[in-house]
Amino acid sequence: MTASFCNWCGKPNTEAAHDLCQRRLALVDPPRYCAECARRMVVQVTPAGWVARCSRHGEISSAR
Amino acid sequence: MTTAPDQVDDVTTDVLAVAAKQVRDEGVGLTEEQILQVLRLGDDRLTDLLALAHEVRERWCGPEVEVEGIVSVKTGGCPEDCHFCSQSGLFPTPVRAAWLDIPGLVEAARQTAATGATEFCIVAAVRGPDQRLLNQVREGVKAIRAAGIDINIACSLGMLTQEQVDDLVDMGVHRYNHNLETARSHFADVVTTHSWQERWDTLKMVGAAGMEVCCGGIIGLGESLEQRAEFAAQLAELDPDEVPMNFLIPNPGTPYENYPIVEGAEALRTIAAFRLAMPRTILRFAGGRELTLGDLGAEQGMLGGINAIIVGNYLTNLGRPAQADLDMLAELKMPVKALSQTL
Repeated sequence: MTASFCNWCGKPNTEAAHDLCQRRLALVDPPRYCAECARRMVVQVTPAGWVARCSRHGEISSAR
Repeated sequence: MTTAPDQVDDVTTDVLAVAAKQVRDEGVGLTEEQILQVLRLGDDRLTDLLALAHEVRERWCGPEVEVEGIVSVKTGGCPEDCHFCSQSGLFPTPVRAAWLDIPGLVEAARQTAATGATEFCIVAAVRGPDQRLLNQVREGVKAIRAAGIDINIACSLGMLTQEQVDDLVDMGVHRYNHNLETARSHFADVVTTHSWQERWDTLKMVGAAGMEVCCGGIIGLGESLEQRAEFAAQLAELDPDEVPMNFLIPNPGTPYENYPIVEGAEALRTIAAFRLAMPRTILRFAGGRELTLGDLGAEQGMLGGINAIIVGNYLTNLGRPAQADLDMLAELKMPVKALSQTL
């Protein structure tokens, strides 16, 4: 799998610095955009984790 | 022994000296004017302020900490326009609508109970619950009970009718959360699709029906210090069983996405002021503390008036791992409140 897009802002990884994105992902946010196609994902947060689903590229979760 | 005139003056005019007598010793919360004085204290008084708020908490609430977990049963697509919220369907946020099924709800309750929490709150991003949502909550509560998960169940489903309040009581929901969010005078700047009064009316119905009332808000919505004091006084007038304190997480796509994160010392001062306004309430650390306070600030908050905590993740945002907070409480020698103490 190629991570072409930022999970947090959905922009290409090559387009800009993503320091804030990385900080937010590390502290308070689950991924919201698919890293392969930048589609918004359906995200379910639970007390102990999260699951994010892209309609094209399937599911990722905090457990993996 | 006689007291020198300047010492008398200090004791009668310094707000912390007044609070020590009025709040710590007598259990009477600060007035709005006094709360504002506390919020205006300089950083050089912060240590003393936090110590006093901690004494008040210990004196009137005891050493235990109430632990809670929360989950979103219906995420996103909300018709309301709360300007801080990533779940509003009116703003271009990255949050997409999601619906948690019953097995997912039971698993979330199980995860929460495993931390030693006594509270599990089921939350929906709605103006108020429709029949489908109420049915989902009813089935969820039954399934959690059938699974033998020993935990109090709370709900947060927006504004309610009297019939819906009665339904929730019948389901055995023990506490209802509905945040006023901010001061009455500031509310219309934050939300335009419903009023502060509508929220207040729901809270009064909930309390009258015998459910515990949970009502707090978010610090950092552009409110002034005067409005922050006003908000604390309005909460004190409501006299809720629990006050969750959130700090704004500026979420992308919302009107507040570029608002600044509340500075740590200001957050701690606000926590302490709210404790001095409401000496007996359950004052809970909720969302945003990770950005605003970090690990060290969280400890200072626990030693500055807080006596409850949401562990694990929030609704759409992530929190610290539950174990990190439980380890912090152990290091602070603060016992987790047991379920038997809440009944």
